[in-house]
Amino acid sequence: MKSLEELMAIRDKAKASMTDREGNGDAIRVVVGMATCGIAAGARPVLNAFVEEVAKRGLKNVTVAQTGCIGMCQYEPIVEVFVPGKEKVTYVKMTPENVPEIVANHIVNGNPVIEKTVGANFKN
Amino acid sequence: MYRSHVLVCGGTGCTSSHSSEIIEALESELKAKGLENEIKVIKTGCFGLCALGPIMIVYPEGCFYSEVKVEDVPEIVEEHLLKGRMVKRLIYDETITKDEIKPLSETNFYKKQNRIALRNCGVIDPESIEEYIAMDGYQALAKALTEMTPEEVIQVVKDSGLRGRGGGGFPTGLKWSFTAKNAADQKYVVCNADEGDPGAFMDRSVLEGDPHCIVEAMTICGYATGATEGYVYVRAEYPIAVNRLDKAIKDARENGLLGKNIFNSGFDFDLHIRLGAGAFVCGEETALMTSIEGNRGEPRPRPPYPAVKGLFGKPTTENNVETFANIPQIILNGAEFFSSMGTEKSAGTKVFALGGKINNTGLVEVPMGTTLREVIEDIGGGIPNGKKFKAAQTGGPSGGCIPASLMDTPIDYDNLTAIGCMMGSGGLIVMDEDNCMVDIAKFFLDFTVDESCGKCTPCRIGTKRMMEILEKITDGKATLADLDELEKLAYYIKENSLCGLGQTAPNPVLATLRFFKDEYIAHIVDKKCPAGVCKALLSYTIEADKCKGCTLCSRKCPVGAISGAVKEAHTIDTSKCIKCGVCMDSCKFGAIIKK
Repeated sequence: MKSLEELMAIRDKAKASMTDREGNGDAIRVVVGMATCGIAAGARPVLNAFVEEVAKRGLKNVTVAQTGCIGMCQYEPIVEVFVPGKEKVTYVKMTPENVPEIVANHIVNGNPVIEKTVGANFKN
Repeated sequence: MYRSHVLVCGGTGCTSSHSSEIIEALESELKAKGLENEIKVIKTGCFGLCALGPIMIVYPEGCFYSEVKVEDVPEIVEEHLLKGRMVKRLIYDETITKDEIKPLSETNFYKKQNRIALRNCGVIDPESIEEYIAMDGYQALAKALTEMTPEEVIQVVKDSGLRGRGGGGFPTGLKWSFTAKNAADQKYVVCNADEGDPGAFMDRSVLEGDPHCIVEAMTICGYATGATEGYVYVRAEYPIAVNRLDKAIKDARENGLLGKNIFNSGFDFDLHIRLGAGAFVCGEETALMTSIEGNRGEPRPRPPYPAVKGLFGKPTTENNVETFANIPQIILNGAEFFSSMGTEKSAGTKVFALGGKINNTGLVEVPMGTTLREVIEDIGGGIPNGKKFKAAQTGGPSGGCIPASLMDTPIDYDNLTAIGCMMGSGGLIVMDEDNCMVDIAKFFLDFTVDESCGKCTPCRIGTKRMMEILEKITDGKATLADLDELEKLAYYIKENSLCGLGQTAPNPVLATLRFFKDEYIAHIVDKKCPAGVCKALLSYTIEADKCKGCTLCSRKCPVGAISGAVKEAHTIDTSKCIKCGVCMDSCKFGAIIKK
């Protein structure tokens, strides 16, 4: 180790892989339904796509978590996005291909992707 | 990129309840489910809540599982890690409210704690230098070497108000300045990790959970005092700590954080580990250095102090593990950061190992000035089985005890000294109404009698004589004159012993005499042990009106001391009774009493 810069480079790299261990109460939460229904419908690749996309963009204020059955199994994979102080947004029938768009528009820029939400897809 | 991190405690407490097997099971289960690239398993240092071990935390949820068994692993993987349903029956009940997970930091155990020395314990993988660096590790060293002069480093440590955490409470900055001003061709830094007090495990936990902070702090100390070599003297009974420290030193060398020309500053420093064989006296600084030199661990008179003539006859700075653990934070955040915590004359925090009659056995770090009541009732969760708190023993065989009446004393160096107690290294053993204080004093004195190195007479023979008087008392054969003799002897040993071991050995006796003299009197005059501990003063009897004549006790009695016909009241032959208490434990009617 010859310089502070060298140390900081190691620090930033190692820190990026540890962000999800910080109990961040103000973070935006992305919750993927990972019950049997979700997994069967392909929730796992969606979950991993979110983790990768968030890491790729270096978003510090986002946690990606999983949850059980949300209750609308026919719409799985379901993803809920909680932005502090705002209504939660529920996305349905997600695929890994939808993920970059949602991260870019909703999580980064604050504009939910309406056509993938449960409201736009719900049929009585 | 992992989507979830599973932290499993790899401290000694949890390891002894099979956390290593849990990690193995977890890894093979994750592999079987194809999750090994999504979920990372990390073995950390001690979380502190040892009573609930083995402990596992799953992030990002921050879900805190306690008392996990190997058999629980498939369920955790299947339900939580695969399907996202937390296994509620394993969640520490204080962290769960309805369906919400409460952060661990909001539980009673952690709420009042302030973790400086333990900041990385249970947070990072102690065997990963990258994770230590991610938590700002080695930045303090970089700052000291590239931006500060040695004098400035010492000034910051002085201004922080840090005092020796091994028990003595000597100002650390001052100690460093003594070594710094003595010119020599070679100087040394020594870390005292010979933690010997029964019931104390603070230093072990720091070494196990955050070994790099000791490497970093010792290097900073070397720079400040002009030393280029350091020794860590650690007990051989701490294999996990030794292995992790060894790995930390190797990793630091590989990354150029130990060795030549660190941070291009021209400063060289390297570290060595020396294993202690477990002699208590080797925790005394001069005995410790004698032992490092390869000689029999015996103390020598001071002066000359180690700062003048220490290890191998060279100027040496010796600090305790916990003292060092505070250094990187002080350098990085400034003296003010540290001195703003705690009390006026005792800055910062103190780590305590809670043990004895307390619900949350474990490791806690609180600001100086926290009261004993807060530590025991709020953090420690009180006394089990609804018993009453009697006293807390601090400082192990060198310390004293704090009775219930002084529970609201803010804990710091000076307050504890004022009540005839001492901070000690941090062992805090809680005693309830079932503990006999004379017996406790005997226990600790027995320890020092064993551990006295024998070099000086007051300690070698004096402690033995004190022990004999204590035995007389607990056997009911003592007179009040013996009590005076005991006290006289105690002060004599304190004043005339060569080293800290002998000078403090009578403390447990003096402290219990001070606060619990009535118990001594009861043993001597009434020939009774109020807590019902000292066997010679007890007798077991059967209350005839409660006895149903079930014969259970007479069948259980190992010496056949109980007789009586079926369905008739039994009696105990006290001449045969060995007072083992088996009859009392087995009686279903509460008919047997001891007094």
